[in-house]
Amino acid sequence: MANAERVFSALHDPTRRAVFERLRDGPRPVSEIARGLPVSRPAVSQHLKVLKEAGLVDDRSEGTRRIYRIDPKGLGAMRAWLDQFWTAALDAFAAEVERSAKNEKKEKE
Amino acid sequence: MSTQIRPAPVRKSIFVNAPQHHAFEVFTAGIGRWWPKTHKIGPADLDRPIIEPREGGRWYELDVDGSECEIGKVAVWDPPARVVLIWQLTPEFTYDPSLITEVEVQFTAEGEGTRVDLEHRDLEQMGEKADAMRETVSGPGGWPALLQLFADEAKI
Repeated sequence: MANAERVFSALHDPTRRAVFERLRDGPRPVSEIARGLPVSRPAVSQHLKVLKEAGLVDDRSEGTRRIYRIDPKGLGAMRAWLDQFWTAALDAFAAEVERSAKNEKKEKE
Repeated sequence: MSTQIRPAPVRKSIFVNAPQHHAFEVFTAGIGRWWPKTHKIGPADLDRPIIEPREGGRWYELDVDGSECEIGKVAVWDPPARVVLIWQLTPEFTYDPSLITEVEVQFTAEGEGTRVDLEHRDLEQMGEKADAMRETVSGPGGWPALLQLFADEAKI
């Protein structure tokens, strides 16, 4: 749950969203992500750090460069949590429906 | 070309061996008999959630100490076929009156049982409200699978 909250607050910042969207076509080094953005490279690195902490991106070293990519697990954290919640809730619901339906039938007999 | 990023609704279907009216009744009036006790808002232990059986009714939790905490509202009350609830809880299970997500539950008679279809939508409102995810972005196609999954609506 906390993770889901982090995902959404991380993407609330428009610059950070722009940084994130630069990665949608594939992995990129910081220099390329920063190109054309109206913020300094250290600022881009800072945004990437926040995105990484939220689980939205991950990174690897390639020589002296750091390559970032979208972490496929990140954006869905909140949705995945709700999905799991409703699966459990509906299973419990179905069990209760069938249990009580059987009892009602018995009472009628 | 622009694409809206929106998380896809959560959709669940389940079949129960019980008549439609019974399934509807247990989902709404009987919600306290199946709602996971672990999912509660107030500091006290959960007694049960309550759905007021009418359009505009409250959906709230009643705790064992008698306190009440809002969960949301009833948007559509159409027994025994359909109910639409407004879920106003953040991912951290706190009530936020400005957060409006919908949970639509449909009950369809199928043979001697009932198919229950649940859809929880407008999830982009979670967290930092509507504009967090509804940003319009432009660019060529080729979204990675991840964004595809959450790009519920693609408008060209």
